[in-house]
Amino acid sequence: MVGITSYGAYVPMWRLERKSIAKGLTGEKAIANFDEDSITMAAAAVMDCLNGVNRESISELLFASTTFPYLLLQSASIVAAACDLRHDIATADFANSLRGGTAGILSGVNAVIAKTASRAMVVAADCRLGAPGSELEQTIGDGAAALLIGDTDVAASLEASYSVSDEIMDMWRTQHDNFIRAWEPRFIAQSYMRVAGEAITGVLQKCNMKPEDFSKVVLYAPDQRRAADLARSLGFDPKAQLQDPLIGVMGNTGTAYPLMLLVAALEESKPGDLILMASYGSGADAFVFRVTEQIEKLKGKARGMKTHLASKKQLDDYRTYLLWRGLLNPTDELVYMPYASYGTTSTPAMWRERNYILRFHGSKCKACNTVQFPPQRVCTQCRAKDQSEEVRLSNRGIVYTFTLDSGSSVVDSPVVDCVVDFDGGGRGEFCMTDRVPEEVELGMRVEPSFRKLFFREGIYHYYWKVIPVRTNETKTGGK
Amino acid sequence: MEGIRDKVAIIGMGCTKFGELWDKSADDLVVDACYEAFEDAGVETKDIQAAWFGSCFSGFQGSALATPLKLEYIPVTRVENLCCTGTEAIRGAAYAVAAGAYDMVLACGVEKLKDHNVGFGKVRGLPLDSSQIHLDLPPTNFFAKLAVRYFYHYGISMEEGRRILAQIAVKNHHNGTLCPKAHLRREVSIETVLNAPMISYPLGLYDCCGLSEGGAAAVITTPEIAKSLRTEYILIKGFGISSGAAQAELRSDYDYTYIPENVYCAQQAYKEAGIKNPRQEIDVAEVHDCFTIHELSIYESLGFSPQGRAREDVEAGTFTLEGELPVNTDGGLKSFGHPLAASGIRMIYEIYNQLLERAGPRQVKNARIGLSHNLGGLPPNCAVVIIGRPD
Repeated sequence: MVGITSYGAYVPMWRLERKSIAKGLTGEKAIANFDEDSITMAAAAVMDCLNGVNRESISELLFASTTFPYLLLQSASIVAAACDLRHDIATADFANSLRGGTAGILSGVNAVIAKTASRAMVVAADCRLGAPGSELEQTIGDGAAALLIGDTDVAASLEASYSVSDEIMDMWRTQHDNFIRAWEPRFIAQSYMRVAGEAITGVLQKCNMKPEDFSKVVLYAPDQRRAADLARSLGFDPKAQLQDPLIGVMGNTGTAYPLMLLVAALEESKPGDLILMASYGSGADAFVFRVTEQIEKLKGKARGMKTHLASKKQLDDYRTYLLWRGLLNPTDELVYMPYASYGTTSTPAMWRERNYILRFHGSKCKACNTVQFPPQRVCTQCRAKDQSEEVRLSNRGIVYTFTLDSGSSVVDSPVVDCVVDFDGGGRGEFCMTDRVPEEVELGMRVEPSFRKLFFREGIYHYYWKVIPVRTNETKTGGK
Repeated sequence: MEGIRDKVAIIGMGCTKFGELWDKSADDLVVDACYEAFEDAGVETKDIQAAWFGSCFSGFQGSALATPLKLEYIPVTRVENLCCTGTEAIRGAAYAVAAGAYDMVLACGVEKLKDHNVGFGKVRGLPLDSSQIHLDLPPTNFFAKLAVRYFYHYGISMEEGRRILAQIAVKNHHNGTLCPKAHLRREVSIETVLNAPMISYPLGLYDCCGLSEGGAAAVITTPEIAKSLRTEYILIKGFGISSGAAQAELRSDYDYTYIPENVYCAQQAYKEAGIKNPRQEIDVAEVHDCFTIHELSIYESLGFSPQGRAREDVEAGTFTLEGELPVNTDGGLKSFGHPLAASGIRMIYEIYNQLLERAGPRQVKNARIGLSHNLGGLPPNCAVVIIGRPD
């Protein structure tokens, strides 16, 4: 049996209220903070999926997106490093298609069946831009989902899949475009109904099942209405069976969208449930999953969709959204960031420091157990030389002291600069993001979050910040 | 280990007006500061056998001092240790005289900061390119984090804490009004300080020193030559320098209630100078009030107040001009601004003038032993120099 052995998701903390885009619009959409992109969201989703899973067991990471920051430089390897996965694993990017996430699932499943991978992590993330004023700007959202594919402890076995390839210019973007281009919605809808319908019909025939056999049908949807139209046209009962497309609270998250909706369906599922899932984009992929007893063991481990959707902060300010997306283009002086005020980037230095920049490693002294971050050759406590081992710092810590810097950033003012003591050792100075400055206090519980610091000299700089813990955990610890 | 005590004399000092000196170059500052020092010492350029030139950003080799002064082919060493640079230039010069290598030397520190646009963030700098991922915030933020933790540790509310700090700003601004060479020369009220815009919570605008430009210089020789040349001179009693090894960043047991480097450099200097009870024995002090919380912290780390109890002395007026131990009699960094390499020598210049009873309306009575202190960089490098009258 091959299938999903763990799931995770990531919905950014911030929701843009649509009425701030234009009067009369309703609902909200999930938007990446200024320091998030597809890579950082993918890393967050993979870490959510890894909750309770041994990192060492992952032997492949497949990353799908239409918004990879680099056109030449693998994003999957950055995500794998940020999640501190093994060095000897296969990594690949699935680019340019809204079906990339489901292509990743197919590839991961095949790798496990072929025994080229024991466990394959499939992650999809998107952070797309609709042109200001366009309808797409209103409907698309940002997010990520991760599925771990394996053949042991399977929580949702893959029963069958069916794919259709169909060339059509309905939605596209070239390297010259900042924004998605699309033909009119009715043209997209007819293609969606036809092609996704064909894939779903195909998979039903392949496994000889009928719509009423399924507890949930999970559909990529260009908009709220079309998913219901498609479900109804194929004989499903949209009210009872259609997984909520979440357009009103999250938006269409592109490549990540069908995977995020599948995670939402899995969270609500029970052993024995059958779930049909379909993606769309230059064709369609349809899947039938059967939920096993194992699903109960996964519940509550990942934050998944439910906790991430519930944990949110509203943004009612369209100008800030434009600033975050780089669409206001303030001058260089105005965006003076709390980083890199002098000198230029050295990529050899980035490479040498990769284990703490990406993997969040500190050094633990074998002589006295002191954890230092970043790693040091000589121990600050006992001065033992070259006797440390690298350890990844804990995913929880407390704010030991902090300040709010009013003058060092336009996009992130005040900069919350804090000294964090991590559980199990290690202290570091980090910027706090996804925070309300007035709520920052001594002893506050925080977690590390992999973020994009800034883009300069053609380089995206990634590193760790901290965020207030995104659950119902106690807000403060020992001071 | 005998130390430097009473082996070296300062016989002349000079200091430019500090401020936004749009019409002065670094060369102008060198000439103005050094010629005032030469005149004070009664020496000429040709008498100088070696020189130490302090500059963080305003000159990168000895020739940057030699050229404007036309020092002819003598050794000139450029010194850089961030905010301790000026004191380090004096220290290098003093050690050379104490070693017997030279009879008469010059130490000078200058800094032009306003020729760079967009403030402090652009003038700091390390020579090497890097991965660029480290938080790179103005130094206010370290001291703000110290303040947050200090107040918490000693059970001082943020409001009380800010009011204690405001008294330090008010004192220093008052002293600055009495000093013609200060940049900012106006009184401020507690309310003005408390209502000013927040810079790095909980530090507001008046908790921070300004960015200015200036230069200062000293002529250093042996006590014997000093005595033969003139009646007025002072002696170096002790130096202390302490360089941090990122303990605050690396160790979870560092508690952000004080800066250990300040304690260690003071202890070194006190030992060398033979000072047992600094509060009793130091008559006047210039300390690195880059931010008000730092001056509060220094009172404790330098042994002027018991740890955690400096607020009592602030409230008692201990460190005012009329107080038991006047601190920052010329207005400090608060009034002068902080042109990095110039500040240390400017501060020694004030102590020198106090000891020689040349401080005019801000003269401290019977000042015989004085102290000057700097902190620079993070992890900090801290410096203390103690000077005294020869009699």
